Amino acid sequence: MKTILTVFLKEVRENIRDRRTVMNTLLTGPLMAPLIFVLLINGIVSRELEKAEKPLPVPVIGAANAPNLVDALRQSGIIVKDPLPDPERAVRDQEADLVLRIPDTYAEAWSKGEPAQVELIFDESQRDAQGSVSRLRRILDGYGQRTSTLRVVARGLSPTILRPLVVADRDQSTAQARGGMMFSMLPYFFILGAFIGGMALAIDTTAGERERQSLEPLFANPVARSRILLGKLGATSAFALTTLLLSIIAFSFAGQFMPTEKLGMTLSIGPHFALLTLLAMLPLVFLIASLQTLAAAFAKTFREAQTYLSLLMFVPAVPTMLMSLFPFKVETWMYAVPLVGQQITITRLMRGENVAASEVALCFACTSLAALLVYLVTARIYRSERLAIST
Amino acid sequence: MIELKGLTKAFGEVKAVDGVSFTARDGEITGLLGPNGAGKTTTLRMLYTLMKPDSGQVVVDGIDAAVDPVAVRRRLGVLPDARGLYKRLSSRENIAYFGRLQGMDEATIASRIDGLVKALDMGEIIDRRTDGFSQGQRVKTAIARALIHDPKNCILDEPTNGLDVMATRAMRDFLRHLKAEGRCVLFSSHIMQEVGALCDRIVVIAHGHVVADASPDALREQAGTANLEDAFVKVIGSAEGLAA
Repeated sequence: MKTILTVFLKEVRENIRDRRTVMNTLLTGPLMAPLIFVLLINGIVSRELEKAEKPLPVPVIGAANAPNLVDALRQSGIIVKDPLPDPERAVRDQEADLVLRIPDTYAEAWSKGEPAQVELIFDESQRDAQGSVSRLRRILDGYGQRTSTLRVVARGLSPTILRPLVVADRDQSTAQARGGMMFSMLPYFFILGAFIGGMALAIDTTAGERERQSLEPLFANPVARSRILLGKLGATSAFALTTLLLSIIAFSFAGQFMPTEKLGMTLSIGPHFALLTLLAMLPLVFLIASLQTLAAAFAKTFREAQTYLSLLMFVPAVPTMLMSLFPFKVETWMYAVPLVGQQITITRLMRGENVAASEVALCFACTSLAALLVYLVTARIYRSERLAIST
Repeated sequence: MIELKGLTKAFGEVKAVDGVSFTARDGEITGLLGPNGAGKTTTLRMLYTLMKPDSGQVVVDGIDAAVDPVAVRRRLGVLPDARGLYKRLSSRENIAYFGRLQGMDEATIASRIDGLVKALDMGEIIDRRTDGFSQGQRVKTAIARALIHDPKNCILDEPTNGLDVMATRAMRDFLRHLKAEGRCVLFSSHIMQEVGALCDRIVVIAHGHVVADASPDALREQAGTANLEDAFVKVIGSAEGLAA
């Protein structure tokens, strides 16, 4: 135990003196996530709000064919612009979000009481234009409905005859759940923080030590290599944990500056959230530290280790991406999968949903087991003859 | 006392060490002379249990390294071929780290460092960070680190490698000082004059074999030359990889 502590203290002391490592642990790692987050959320919110209220400019072709319709558009906040020579190309090239074309046959069909056609030219794959398209479509639908109501009334019928079915929305998603969708990236940022925090030490304590030729004299001391490894892993985990802690604190703080209420959602990021998140992440931090040390042990040089560890950073992105691409129902076994378990736990906590103690325990136990396994493999590598030899 | 018995070690097809046996006694300086690539470093690595021999036995003060490698390492002070320091730690912190790993208490470490600072003339550098140290300053720190626990047996792999003339002289004096304290000193070198000047016993290694194991006088007699360097060249068969 004393040996482990000796190695731990030495690694911590040595790395605290490295300004770049300290910056990564205390600043870049923990602050990156909440910063990106606040910027992202603020951007989304203000863009949504802006779009909803701003007058919408729409090039209209053949405005003279339907003066009444064009008037109605103007009253609903549409700025009718001059027609474009080639609207299809303009939309494809993203010069215009959408174009409305009123054919010459419009007036004739309208006065005969037949369906009068207008064309909406847009690009479905253009996410940015979707809001404008649906807004214009709503206005057009509204105009059509008003007209049909007037026509039915003019024939002495009740307008309700046109609405045999009425659908009333009863959305069961809570405001928190809607918010959580947006925040499904957050667990990834926490995990990434742990990666960044431990990276420098994992490299320095293994590949770096070998490159500096100090591993061989270290192993000449009368201590078991597994003790040395545990001390090094402890120091790596401590730095990663510091980063994680700071990033949880920073996020809790930054959360108050997010205009979440404008999106109609509440975030549950109090002490309860912080504590359970920390608990779920704790074994994962050790697992990551072991994985990083294992990868660094295979590298001959500092640079090679950096390459391996950078690649390793993509691993936690996989479950995050899969989970946001394919909506799924949470099953209990998922808590047993490292990374996925943390992802689910943190996401649910943030939405203010209850995570059962047994589920947190399952997540904790299974990740701990995985961490132990990776540690044992790393310890095996540490015992090999080749590890110490620098040249 | 260090006894090596029939050590062999192969890396793939290459037999780096092929049946090396010799004994290094307490109160003597034993020199391991051989051209570069003769198997000196591999032999020493097996001795301080960094590598496992394919066959053969290492015994230090009566302890079999295969049975209790930790106890063997406790009795050895090792200056390996690789002697990297921790650059962000001071010389003293580097040395104290190894003292703690040896299981020493802080007071003993402090007093032992004082003694080593005097013996190695490290007064000016002891509290400086090792980043930017000269080769000589680095070797001094590495030696102090290796000997912090006052080991009975001292193993030094090419201790004068890269040192300037003054530092080399100081190093040789220090090895004599260790011998005078009654320790078993074993060092490797490819410099004939150094081995000739220092050693009570010379073990000559070539191509993984021990080709001579004798006192300097006996070696001269054995080779039938009055000059020790001629004797070395004669037993090895060539002067390649050696330095005068």
